[in-house]
Amino acid sequence: MTADTAMLSVRDLHAWYGESHVLHGMTLHVGRGEVVTLLGRNGAGKSTTMRAIMGLMKKRSGSITYEERETITLPPHRIARMGIAYCPEHRGIFSRLDVQENLELPPVIGADPLTLDRVQAMFPRLVERRHSPGTKLSGGEQQMLAIARILRTGARFLLLDEPTEGLAPIIVKQLGEIIASLRTIGFTILLVEQNFRFASGFADRHYVVEHGRVVDEIAAGDLAAGSERIRAYLGV
Amino acid sequence: MEIFGIPAQALYGQLALGLVNGAFYALLSLGLAIIFGLLNLINFAHGAQYMLGAYVAWMLLSYLGIGFWGALVVAPLVVAVLGMALERGLLRYLRDVDQIYGLLLTFGVALILEGLVAQSYGWSGMPYANPLPGSVDLGFMRMPMYRLVAIAISLVVCLAVWIAIERTKLGAYLRAASEDADMVQAFGVNIPRLIMLTYGFGVGLAGLAGVVAAPVYQVSPAMGSNLIIVVFAVVVIGGMGSIAGSVIAGFGLGLIEGLTKVFYPAASTTVIFFIMILILIFRPSGLFGSTR
Ligand SMILES: Nc1ncnc2c1ncn2[C@@H]1O[C@H](COP(=O)(O)OP(=O)(O)OP(=O)(O)O)[C@@H](O)[C@H]1O
Ligand SMILES: [Mg+2]
Repeated sequence: MTADTAMLSVRDLHAWYGESHVLHGMTLHVGRGEVVTLLGRNGAGKSTTMRAIMGLMKKRSGSITYEERETITLPPHRIARMGIAYCPEHRGIFSRLDVQENLELPPVIGADPLTLDRVQAMFPRLVERRHSPGTKLSGGEQQMLAIARILRTGARFLLLDEPTEGLAPIIVKQLGEIIASLRTIGFTILLVEQNFRFASGFADRHYVVEHGRVVDEIAAGDLAAGSERIRAYLGV
Repeated sequence: MEIFGIPAQALYGQLALGLVNGAFYALLSLGLAIIFGLLNLINFAHGAQYMLGAYVAWMLLSYLGIGFWGALVVAPLVVAVLGMALERGLLRYLRDVDQIYGLLLTFGVALILEGLVAQSYGWSGMPYANPLPGSVDLGFMRMPMYRLVAIAISLVVCLAVWIAIERTKLGAYLRAASEDADMVQAFGVNIPRLIMLTYGFGVGLAGLAGVVAAPVYQVSPAMGSNLIIVVFAVVVIGGMGSIAGSVIAGFGLGLIEGLTKVFYPAASTTVIFFIMILILIFRPSGLFGSTR
């Protein structure tokens, strides 16, 4: 993927938590319709990259362009309204809202969103449990809810931060099918994932992140050679 | 007729007074709870904003001839707009620092507002004509008409606010943003604007309480600071940030205060603080507060 055809381009991105300098020149590109993952050890800066793309890092510098528009100076709600939706690491389900309210909370921001019916058909459990408080769901159900609620907003670009974290293998498999199907209906996805085996099922490319920058890029076709390198990076 | 050796009329009278006080506690603590929930701000200007509501009502009547019912709509809006200007001009810069700064800033604003009003109108109270003189016979007692209406206004407003927060889309944004404002902003909701409007709404409720209070109490610069300390105790008892808790605690503690006046008058001004201490020891998050 080259910079000039990318849907999202991150160039020389730096970000800080207070005085602590966490991203040191991240550069990556995601093309329209691609599924790209960020791999890397704990603390490498994967989640921080997503927060910075979303505008949630107060102190950040460099360049982030989405559909050729610079977003580095924009507040999160303006970035979201360009068509980017975010599913955070700890799911961000609201306990004071029931499941249905959680699902319908994000405002519709793009043309031609998936209908509520369609999203509910993809996640039938959310219909059965619609009157439960959001945080009374199981971990897997909360993850489904966190993904479901951003599908009906009309956003075309999804940031998914470790959707499989802490979930049972059967749920992980379901999630893999869902993400693969999202790809076929035209979503572009940047995915943080520790579980390389899971991601390799549907991702086009993988970036390896270390100490707040990209240190390697591996194409899906390059898997045989790539998985050796990834094992080395992740130390697994 | 006597109840526990107390003439029934005296008991009913004090309970009614307690309910009137409770009506103001509820309106004020409701606004504080909404503001605290989203802004994480302990709004010490709340009493001054209540006082301002009463003065705006008084000015509307004295200078423009706009009576109570008009003031009930206009004065809260004026107080809300002033509040939003305060939020835009000063409070928003304190969002990322310790909440003590916001508390101190609003405390300073309260002192300035009180001073300005006293400078213009003096420290002594001014009467505001009762818009509904006369009384109604409730069967077991006679109740001044206006006080009954004051209780009703408070109840209706508290209920409407509760429904708006618990049952509408805007209320869902407010509840969600009270838990995690960043997340809601990342969905595309303009959180800075929601914060401004929420602060305006919360202090508008204080302004409304001030208008309703004008005919009952005297309109005076210190009317808010006298009340607000009790209201903070009510908020602590109800549970910081709890909407229903603030309303129920408001009316409930008003009643308890009234009862204390009957049975042990010496403790009537301290009973709420006594309860607050017990709550702080045994249930620090308040009766209806969530532990967070
Ligand atoms: N709120 C915070 N305040 C200060 N430092 C933080 C904060 N969040 C993360 N960090 C630090 O920033 C660095 C990058 O963290 P980040 O969460 O982006 O890592 P990650 O790659 O997502 O890791 P993980 O796989 O554990 O989720 C880490 O060193 C972490 O300690
Ligand atoms: Mg992370």
